[in-house]
Amino acid sequence: MEFVDALINILNSTIRVSVPLLLACLAGLYSERSGVFDIGLEGKMLAGAFAGAAAAAVFASAWIGLLVAMLVSVGMALVHGFASITHRGNQIVSGVAINFIAAGSTIILGQAWFQQGGRTPSLPPEARFGAINLPGADALRDVPVIGQIYSGLLSGHSLLTYVAFLAVPFTWWVLFRTRFGLRLRAVGENPAAVDTAGISVAWLRYRAVICTGILTGMAGSYMALAQNAGFVKDMTAGRGYIALAALIFAKWRPVPAMFACLLFGFLDALAIRLQGTPLPVIGKVPVQFMQALPYVLTVILLAGFIGKAIPPRAGGVPYVKER
Amino acid sequence: MSTPYAKLPAWADYGLIPLINLLVAFAVAGLVVLLVGENPFRAAVILIEGAFGSGQGIAYTLYYATNFIFTGLAVAVAFHCGLFNIGGEGQAYIAGLGVGVVALTFDSVLPWWLTFPLAILAAALMGALWALIPAYLQAKRGSHIVITTIMFNFIAASVMVYMLVNVLKPVGAMAPQTRQFLEGAQLPRLGWLLTELGLKVRPSVPLNVSFLLALLMALLVWVLIWRTKLGYEIRTFGFSPKAARYAGISASRITIVTMLISGALAGMMALNPILGDQHNVPLDFVSGAGFVGIAVALMGRSHPAGIVLAAILFGMLYQGGAELSFEMPDISRDMIVIIQGLVILFAGALENMFRPTIQSIFASLSPRSVGIAATKGERA
Repeated sequence: MEFVDALINILNSTIRVSVPLLLACLAGLYSERSGVFDIGLEGKMLAGAFAGAAAAAVFASAWIGLLVAMLVSVGMALVHGFASITHRGNQIVSGVAINFIAAGSTIILGQAWFQQGGRTPSLPPEARFGAINLPGADALRDVPVIGQIYSGLLSGHSLLTYVAFLAVPFTWWVLFRTRFGLRLRAVGENPAAVDTAGISVAWLRYRAVICTGILTGMAGSYMALAQNAGFVKDMTAGRGYIALAALIFAKWRPVPAMFACLLFGFLDALAIRLQGTPLPVIGKVPVQFMQALPYVLTVILLAGFIGKAIPPRAGGVPYVKER
Repeated sequence: MSTPYAKLPAWADYGLIPLINLLVAFAVAGLVVLLVGENPFRAAVILIEGAFGSGQGIAYTLYYATNFIFTGLAVAVAFHCGLFNIGGEGQAYIAGLGVGVVALTFDSVLPWWLTFPLAILAAALMGALWALIPAYLQAKRGSHIVITTIMFNFIAASVMVYMLVNVLKPVGAMAPQTRQFLEGAQLPRLGWLLTELGLKVRPSVPLNVSFLLALLMALLVWVLIWRTKLGYEIRTFGFSPKAARYAGISASRITIVTMLISGALAGMMALNPILGDQHNVPLDFVSGAGFVGIAVALMGRSHPAGIVLAAILFGMLYQGGAELSFEMPDISRDMIVIIQGLVILFAGALENMFRPTIQSIFASLSPRSVGIAATKGERA
């Protein structure tokens, strides 16, 4: 029983750390499928977290926090869109810029507005997304295995967690079962063909980056309003890049994206759990090794040793209409 | 990549447009200062005075600029080849390991002028090595160099934390850093140079001989890119990989060689803080210089002269920013990160934003200066 407990414990924390990865990863999926590379996920997430925490602290409402977070993230996504779609700038350069602007301004504005060394005030429970207990979770708690899984693993997460996991089938449906999704994928592979069909390439791509903004805003809100009670400087700590790695790992597909995020989340949870405890056979694993593992895995994948990850063909290339 | 823009006179292309982009970036940064509730003009005055108002300030400005010249050159060399080396941060960090090992081995045996060349070699070698793997993967296995170099930044950070905490830290010490180097691995400082010029400088300023190395490297990069066969091949490949292939230039060779040079340049950045200032290998000594290199290369238009100027500008921001945070406590060093981001945005991603406007101004003033008479439908 102790083993089941420990396992459920670690899977539970896997879910918790995977949620921001998953939301950011799906965010990147929309943008990159439309042919706009986005290494600014990190920055948008950070800005979203800060805006969400600041608004939630001022208005004492988690919902206003979420809304403001999404607005700010969408705003930054639109800057990326303006640079890379309208002005055909380099998408990587633009993404790097977004990351720096977010990293700097969250600290400066946080310090100026709240005077707490770049933190936002600690949020009261009503300004956060609290845990939701699924019906019957308490009653089933003592049922071995099934009850434990239900009440220990599936129940007791915040609203955004459930939204994140529901966003996976939703994204799949949007991409592969709607007209918008078909066009979105087409514009990432062959924008000239989409243009010939009389559809605006720019407007499609703008809609894609807006979707990215909404989802990164949610990812940031999750970190500031659900996982923690407020914003701490640099709180995304590279998760945007891990999400990017997960996106490549999943070969730009929604359901594998979820599994990739869960895998990277699991590694993270395991690293925290195993800190200092020796493993059989291998001995003590350095924390740093576990931390580096997602990146190493992504590099190995990219090298084509675990299948081949082929990005959308028009990704990173600004579209220039023939004249 | 096709350029859907007409030509401008060279001085407008290399002088006017970067200047306008820079001004817009600083104007937006001024808005942030305003949002914080301070006066942006006063902030600018404090910043410039802090950086250039005293010999001390100038020395620090040049010390920071040294880092950015190295990383800026690294990014620029890769740019010429059409590659985006975003991994300067990791390459410089790992190079610190090479510098550290050389310094720890020879600091009690050799004088500095023998340790220094060895350390340069070690730094360049480690930096190049850390760039080699992403380069190889891009050249031979088709994985995107931007993503792999980002991943390698994180891997480098983990490796260095592990090495410093578990291997290089002296037994019994608390801080995760190597022991203090002896005299044989301490670079001479250059404060006296400024004293000669009549400025007042305390002898403790960290400006050191690696600044001269950085200037030498800028010169060598210019020679490499514009005066050698290899540089010609690099530029050809960056301009048009297809044309390069027709000319018999091997894509994988040129990619790997360029990235090795780029990594080596980024690696040399480690010399400045480690041998020149700290005299040990601390955690996180790169502290963003690798990324500043991107802004510097973009602003300097990938030309060594431009890079040196842009690096001094960023050195000024770092040094002046430190002074600014004393005067205006709400504006910490992180303001520079914003400015850096804005410079990358306006000088890099949005470099073409003002081009159509400027073009039409030029075209209306003198159609010949634009090279073509604006034809129908050509106007952007």
